[in-house]
Amino acid sequence: MSHAMIAENLSLSFGKKQVLHHISFEIEKGEVFGLLGPSGAGKTTLIKILTGQLRQEEGYAKLLGKDTKELSALEHGQIGIMMDNFGLYDRLSAYDNLLFYADIYHVPRSRITKILKQVGLYEARSTVVSKLSKGMKNRLSLARALLNNTKILFLDEPTSGLDPATAKEIHTILAEQKKRGTTIFLTTHNMFEAESLCDHIALLSEGSIIEYGKPADICRKYNHLNRLQVTLKGGEMISLENSKASALKIKEYLEKEQMEAIHSTEPNLETVFLELSGRGLTGYE
Amino acid sequence: MSNIIAVMKKQLKDTLKNKTVFIQFIMFPVLTIIMNRAITIDGMPENFFVNLFATMYVGMAPLTSISAIIAEEKEKNTLRVLLMSNVKPYEYLLGIGSYVFIACMLGAGVICAAGSYRLQEGLVFMLIMAIGIVTSLLMGAVIGTWSKTQMMATSVAVPVMMIFSFLPMLSMFNSTIAKVAKYTYSEQISILLNAVSTWELEPDSIGIMGGNMLLFILLFSVVYRRCGLE
Repeated sequence: MSHAMIAENLSLSFGKKQVLHHISFEIEKGEVFGLLGPSGAGKTTLIKILTGQLRQEEGYAKLLGKDTKELSALEHGQIGIMMDNFGLYDRLSAYDNLLFYADIYHVPRSRITKILKQVGLYEARSTVVSKLSKGMKNRLSLARALLNNTKILFLDEPTSGLDPATAKEIHTILAEQKKRGTTIFLTTHNMFEAESLCDHIALLSEGSIIEYGKPADICRKYNHLNRLQVTLKGGEMISLENSKASALKIKEYLEKEQMEAIHSTEPNLETVFLELSGRGLTGYE
Repeated sequence: MSNIIAVMKKQLKDTLKNKTVFIQFIMFPVLTIIMNRAITIDGMPENFFVNLFATMYVGMAPLTSISAIIAEEKEKNTLRVLLMSNVKPYEYLLGIGSYVFIACMLGAGVICAAGSYRLQEGLVFMLIMAIGIVTSLLMGAVIGTWSKTQMMATSVAVPVMMIFSFLPMLSMFNSTIAKVAKYTYSEQISILLNAVSTWELEPDSIGIMGGNMLLFILLFSVVYRRCGLE
């Protein structure tokens, strides 16, 4: 399978502060790639380089096979970007916001209606953006990113600050896009989002990738305890070794119908990030 | 070209709902009509209020509106998203600039219509206004590009606008102010507007207006390189 994006040894400084250190990764077409890191880790800067808005000092980045320093209108027309701060015109209606971008992308107006229905904003199409809720603005921002039949979607914190129900709606839309073969580059500090949506993730801390792989593989890799946590009916919790010897014990609990739940002790991505970087994904720890 | 037109269309819709910018375009044309009809003073030169408000309009409306529009787009990140969507900075600036220019020329047309000009004089009036509006647009673009927020833009645009729009009026009453004011494009616009019927174009006026325009272009290129549009 060919690559949608390649980053090789990307480095960038703002003044004396180095914001990206030798970043390398590859993203295949149709893949959902998650970049996890706290605020200030360099996620948005990386998006800017990958979309040709910023130029790296070292290394190279390719998007759809083309150097990001030389992206043409053709490549730009295949990219959809949803930033964390919306960038919507407050005084215009939801429809007029999309109409403006439809004119820029030369997209037929029928596409606006289709997208508004897809993100569940058709009923609110005449509402001015300033009167939309945060979740609706988020969906409108996503609609704008999807407007031009994007091949690559860049999403900067797409569910940041949203309630779980709205976040789930966004996830459903993204899952649909994935099915259609859209490559998605997602930045987030929400580990559940990364685990449920992403094929591969990279953990970014202070401008460096400190871990890369499939979310489940990363969690398994850092399962240092390698034990099983059994919860019995009645609330008693038992920790068992992850070995053949524990199988009989578990069988016994099952036969006696004592088993309430069983978990492995593998860490979640938050814990892995904390272990590797010494700080949490939300950046407050 | 299509991106420039798209930006203009968007801005038209936005302005109709943006009282702060909309009022800039219509305030002086409306004032001109009212004052020209309501006040007549013995010995007052012909088209006195028309020329006075036209000069103030040139110094105020294009400068404050374009700086406010650019600064607001920067502050609210709409410009950042736009530039990521294959709209080039020059397309955006031309789109916004053309829109403000057209809106201001419509206002200038109303002011012109309020005066008692023959067709040829009216055309000269509009030409002078066009030159003044373009010069003001350049200065406004400098302020808008330099500002990170609308508040910053307003805090700079208001004093600058007051200098350019009020100096020509104050220079009528004070010879010292007149000596300074003559180096501003707005004072030259005022002089030219007062001479519309005679169409006496002084070389000094061309030099000063050209110098002002060149200065603003230089300022813009410096500010654009330092601040960009993001």
